[in-house]
Amino acid sequence: MKKNESYEEFVKGIWRDNPVFVQVLGMCPMLAVTNSAINAIAMGMASMFVLVGSSFLVSVFRHVIPKQVRISCFIIIIATFVTIADYTLLALVPKVHKELGAFIPLIVANCLILGRQEAFASRYPTRLAVMDALGMAGGFMLALFSLGAVREILGDGALFGFRLFGESFEPWIVMILPPGGFLTLGVILLFFNWFKYKKDEFLADVAEAERSGS
Amino acid sequence: MKQRDPDLLLFHAPLLRQGMTTPKAMRDVIIALLPATGASLWFFGLAAALVIGSSIAGAVLAEWLFADRASRGESLRDATGILTGLLLGLTLPPGLPMWMAFLGGFVGIALGKVIWGGLGHNLFNPALLGRAFLLATFPIAMTTWVSAHPEGGFFSVYAGNLALPFMQAQVDGVTSATPLGLLKFEQEVTPLTNLMFGKIGGSLGETNGVLLLLGGIYLWLRRDLDWRIPVGILGTVVIFSAFLGLFDAERFPTPLFSVFSGGLLLGAIYMATDPVTSPVTPRGAWIFAIGTGVLVMLIRVFGGLPEGVMYAILLMNAATPLIDRYTQPRVFGHGIEKES
Repeated sequence: MKKNESYEEFVKGIWRDNPVFVQVLGMCPMLAVTNSAINAIAMGMASMFVLVGSSFLVSVFRHVIPKQVRISCFIIIIATFVTIADYTLLALVPKVHKELGAFIPLIVANCLILGRQEAFASRYPTRLAVMDALGMAGGFMLALFSLGAVREILGDGALFGFRLFGESFEPWIVMILPPGGFLTLGVILLFFNWFKYKKDEFLADVAEAERSGS
Repeated sequence: MKQRDPDLLLFHAPLLRQGMTTPKAMRDVIIALLPATGASLWFFGLAAALVIGSSIAGAVLAEWLFADRASRGESLRDATGILTGLLLGLTLPPGLPMWMAFLGGFVGIALGKVIWGGLGHNLFNPALLGRAFLLATFPIAMTTWVSAHPEGGFFSVYAGNLALPFMQAQVDGVTSATPLGLLKFEQEVTPLTNLMFGKIGGSLGETNGVLLLLGGIYLWLRRDLDWRIPVGILGTVVIFSAFLGLFDAERFPTPLFSVFSGGLLLGAIYMATDPVTSPVTPRGAWIFAIGTGVLVMLIRVFGGLPEGVMYAILLMNAATPLIDRYTQPRVFGHGIEKES
């Protein structure tokens, strides 16, 4: 039963409560750094590190942090991990760090991360908090990657820098530019909502059939 | 759940039957565009048919794909998809690959119309939205103007037209700039007769000004368009360029050049007048038209692009709900503000 519980917390972030496609959080990095798959993955990794680290710390100290100043405490914890992520990326992959630019320090302002601290990590045991952070960050990374992959494939004819369609591919310039981010995100959200609508319709039909059958 | 048409229609008086329906109006616009379409075939040969045909196919496919099954036939029958595709095709350069024209038509209908809720709900003109998407996506292909009358006569096709889907276009040997491009970047003025009868580089449907005007007069006679909008746009452009001509007749285009060059006639007569995306009140129509005319001239003369009709109309489309709101006529006996 205990194992199921942490599994549940993990999975909900990836699909049912996906931070981007369902909760529509973290739009700023979502639109800004997803012009290539590699940037999206780097951003996802950095966010995952920050989210898991701060969820862990916040959960450990949840009985110590005074209620009145909890938000500033969360922010300080998050900022610590963001700084670590910033310098680590700068040291290990300076090229990616340069591409992501200001958006790495801006992870601290990602409402997804603060939201998880306030809504989950500060109220649940450490194990669950970490599982929840992993799931949420995984869902965030999945969303970043699917957006980045679509934009890189259409905008550059490549995925992770490998040319997919040969040299004479005509790049869709708009996909690399900010409007392409909005377009792609809009279409993906449209698809998710349509999917949810169809699922609800289907479930309602099933319930109806069961009721009339019994 | 789609509401079914009631079997018995009940109205209050006056019970005048007005024969105008959406399919009829759309058909009229298509008829009015036929001369200009024919001219594009004459100037650019089979290539024109391929580009226009692909954009119509893209638009109709989107229309068919995203309509729910109940209203599928209806939304095809009212011919708005065909009209959008035709209008978009006429704004495209002749050497454009067919797959891009197809994509433009598809995106124009999908993002320009269906996503807003279908006919009558869209904020922007679908054809222009498709064109804006293409221009942002393929800026080079969209601004490569091949010269009219291809080498091999009517049945020859520009190499670019036949590019495989998602592949680059081969650039043809002979390209020619548009009159606006020539004026802006090389200070070269194109003779007016060429402008009026289409012996110039440019989009498929914009080169022959006289035929476009004829189509506009037909539409006006059929009461299919609000005459205030084209008259307002063209008038503003004429006055604006005459005004500029007072300062420096060499540098700025003459009024007639401004009217007959670029996509102004096509845009002013056929796109700005789209009843869905232009204001409904007469006063609103004047505001809309003057705003469009001023934006066209501002973009052409002071902006970085040689042509600004598309962005001018799209920007004014965005302002249309606001214009409509502020130009509502006062209901008799209501709405006089009391001093308090």
